[in-house]
Amino acid sequence: MINLPWLFGGRTASAPVARERLQILLAHERGSRGQADLLELLRTEILAAVSRHITLDPEKVNVRMDRGNHVSTLEVDIEVPNAADRWAAAAS
Amino acid sequence: MAKVLVVTSGKGGVGKTTSTAALGATLAQMGEKVVVIDFDVGLRNLDLVLGAERRVVFDFINVVQGIANLSQALIRDKRLENLWLLPASQTRDKDALTEEGVSKIIAELRTKFDWILCDSPAGIERGATLAMRFADEAVIVTNPEVSSVRDSDRIIGMLDSKTVKAEQGEQVRKHLLITRFDTARAARGEMLSIDDVLEILATPLIGIIPESRDVLRASNVGSPVTLNDATSAPARAYTDAARRLMGETIPMMVPVARKGLMDRLLGRRAA
Repeated sequence: MINLPWLFGGRTASAPVARERLQILLAHERGSRGQADLLELLRTEILAAVSRHITLDPEKVNVRMDRGNHVSTLEVDIEVPNAADRWAAAAS
Repeated sequence: MAKVLVVTSGKGGVGKTTSTAALGATLAQMGEKVVVIDFDVGLRNLDLVLGAERRVVFDFINVVQGIANLSQALIRDKRLENLWLLPASQTRDKDALTEEGVSKIIAELRTKFDWILCDSPAGIERGATLAMRFADEAVIVTNPEVSSVRDSDRIIGMLDSKTVKAEQGEQVRKHLLITRFDTARAARGEMLSIDDVLEILATPLIGIIPESRDVLRASNVGSPVTLNDATSAPARAYTDAARRLMGETIPMMVPVARKGLMDRLLGRRAA
């Protein structure tokens, strides 16, 4: 069957759809606002703490956050240079 | 005491420059001494909307860099003696605008004017953040449309966190200005209603500007819509909004455009 609602002027109101989509989206966006700043802060502080004991390349510290429905995970990935490389770096 | 008011939105094309010109002109007509500043470095337009594009000699960046002083860069409106414009630069180098430079200029303008209206560029980059940085009050221009409302929400978040006021633990006083509103379409459920937008953004309303051909007509000739035809629906709505900024209590209503003869003959709905 061909559906031609526009032919009969039977369009349904679209504003309620807009309103609902916005409410859901903004509830989510407001919750995650400032998260980018939080990750950068965590990265800096983790780097500082670990650097006190191990020599690190600041570029090799990755902090990621994944939001799930029930739990969120914080993933910290730090690449530690091998001892040999470190000695080489210290000698040069 | 001087008030710094940023006119902002996040999204482009919603009516920031039109609103800055109209509110600035109305405040000036009410006897306030007003300066409007264009923060859109590289894409200035407030000069054009105000009909002052051929009188720009020095600009905002020239003053920041010390090439010109403020009195050389300020352009006085030809119709309203209380209205002044500080034009943006057409330079491509947006980094020329520094927080320190803006801070100094705004401090100087505060001693000379009652109102400093900052016309923000679209987006959330440097120009937009600097336009709101020193604001005491903000007019958030929003169209009743999903992308505009979303961007306004983001901007409201920035006003509450990235301004000097916010950092001092105070609040920028925020006002919502809904533009391009079409009463008939909202009534038919084709457009977000005023209540929908207010509920979502939870910000006090300062005015509702109806969708109207008078706005384009005014910008075509380089005149604030409130000066071009003071009796038009958008002009009346902007005048009410400016009076509310001055602290007057005026009932909120949606001005409806007068129907011309052709509109009546053709049975057009009010725009």
